[in-house]
Amino acid sequence: MTHHLETGRHPAGVDARGRRLPASLALALALLALSGPAPAWARPRKEAPARLAGTGLYADPAAKTLANGVRTWTPQYPLWSDGATKRRWIRLPAGAAIDASDPDAWVFPAGTRLWKEFSFGGRQVETRYMERRADGSWIYATYRWAEDGSEALLAPAAGVRAVVAIGPGVAHDLPSAGDCEACHAASRTPVLGFSALQLSPDRDPLAPHAEAQPDGALDLPGAVRSGMVRKLPRALLETPPRVHASTPVARAALGYLHGNCGSCHDLRGELASVGLDLVQRFGPGAGGGPALTAIGAPSRYRAPGARDPMLRVAPGSPERSALLHRLSSRDPSAQMPPLGTHLVDGSAVQLVRAWIGGLEPRPPVSAPLVER
Amino acid sequence: MKRILVALSTLAALTAAAETPRKPDPKQVARGKYLVTIGGCNDCHTPLKNTPSGPAWDQERMLSGHPETLKMPTAPASAEPWGLAFGSTMTAFSGPWGVSFSRNLTPDVETGLGAWTEKDFIATIRNGRHLGRGRPLLPPMPWFNYREATDEDLRAIFAYLRSIPAVKNRVEEPRPPSTETASAAPTGR
Repeated sequence: MTHHLETGRHPAGVDARGRRLPASLALALALLALSGPAPAWARPRKEAPARLAGTGLYADPAAKTLANGVRTWTPQYPLWSDGATKRRWIRLPAGAAIDASDPDAWVFPAGTRLWKEFSFGGRQVETRYMERRADGSWIYATYRWAEDGSEALLAPAAGVRAVVAIGPGVAHDLPSAGDCEACHAASRTPVLGFSALQLSPDRDPLAPHAEAQPDGALDLPGAVRSGMVRKLPRALLETPPRVHASTPVARAALGYLHGNCGSCHDLRGELASVGLDLVQRFGPGAGGGPALTAIGAPSRYRAPGARDPMLRVAPGSPERSALLHRLSSRDPSAQMPPLGTHLVDGSAVQLVRAWIGGLEPRPPVSAPLVER
Repeated sequence: MKRILVALSTLAALTAAAETPRKPDPKQVARGKYLVTIGGCNDCHTPLKNTPSGPAWDQERMLSGHPETLKMPTAPASAEPWGLAFGSTMTAFSGPWGVSFSRNLTPDVETGLGAWTEKDFIATIRNGRHLGRGRPLLPPMPWFNYREATDEDLRAIFAYLRSIPAVKNRVEEPRPPSTETASAAPTGR
């Protein structure tokens, strides 16, 4: 198995430099990567409806008119997905509401449904779906659109590789159930793009890939007014949440890291023991954050050919910053985020480089370098 | 200042949790040893050394992965059907994926699995990703076989790995294919 085959970064049977692998090796490696059954602990996708039309998104699936109660929104710091154009929707059961009393970990009611549609080159490719069940667990699924856009069918739990070309030698993959859980189940709340900061009306003008808000899109005050969000601390309505930063560039860079990295790099999440915290928080007792866990903190990552250890973020030195190296890499053993993308986000790299370059140099944190 | 204190307290608590040893269950540890043995974990994670009777596992480095003192030069050019190359310690592997080095599985906190939780270990094996969520595990690690193990067996393996002597050995990170060209000069690292 090459990990390129495994991740779908390159077409099957082709290595990182576009050379064809011997057929027998390519076949054997591809089988290793693809033939294993889904792990027993992974929830099978058969729990989700067989067709997107069965999830309740549309009142009229043929006309693609939305069902009553389905609302749209755009997060101010969208997740980079290789340049996909996205549309998002949420629907709560009648009379139910999101409990926002902890502004950093909203609790969504049973029956919550969310959809995110991915398009490349103007064509719908997939619509991802999440639903909270009565027992509190979540269903994760994705639906693959027919090429003519007529309908979308439930994709297998193992995912589907290379469904559409998105660049030379690069194709978009539909995620496996494990991929969905890798990000969504790492955080205190599995809903990643619908939060106080992401809905804040104080939008960041420098946010990479910011999307125009469609008519009727929800923002934080609107979500509270509609009754969808309850118990939000009043202070966050009076002063909408904004990234903690001293400059516009820092605000945008930290917002990007929050939206793209914070689901895993969260001191309160499943990977807390890694000790890297890229989350922006607004609740009482908020602590950690990039200032304490990234800037000047040692990293065990080494760029290829580099002799010296790096810092996670070396203030004033982008080239010595592991975070930037990994953001700039799409080698599977180095890239960050580690899944869901095959193309480097050039805008983000430029922004993060500018942020790090503008940080005042300071002595590194003398923390032990722990194998994680 | 308050934020700093909260963060430091959180980090301290996490560190303490990771380092607090749980009383090992001898039966569970024995089961784990059995599984590690028949699962062939030593084949790649314990370096071979030359002895008068031939290559043998270096028991002082048991399950500590590729020795950090052994800097591997660039792998030799491969020609089909000999497409893969293994180091003579059986801890370094070259193929289309680049070069991978077997990891340190001993409970050393800084360089091994000492800071890992049982949950981290199981998630890694189940998902084939570092900590269950990070980079993919590289060949020749056959995680896709081991992920079929029961939780009980994986817990036993982890319990055994926590019981063996800690070896301080910081294994080199994998080298991507782009840095491993057949014509490249040895890195001299």
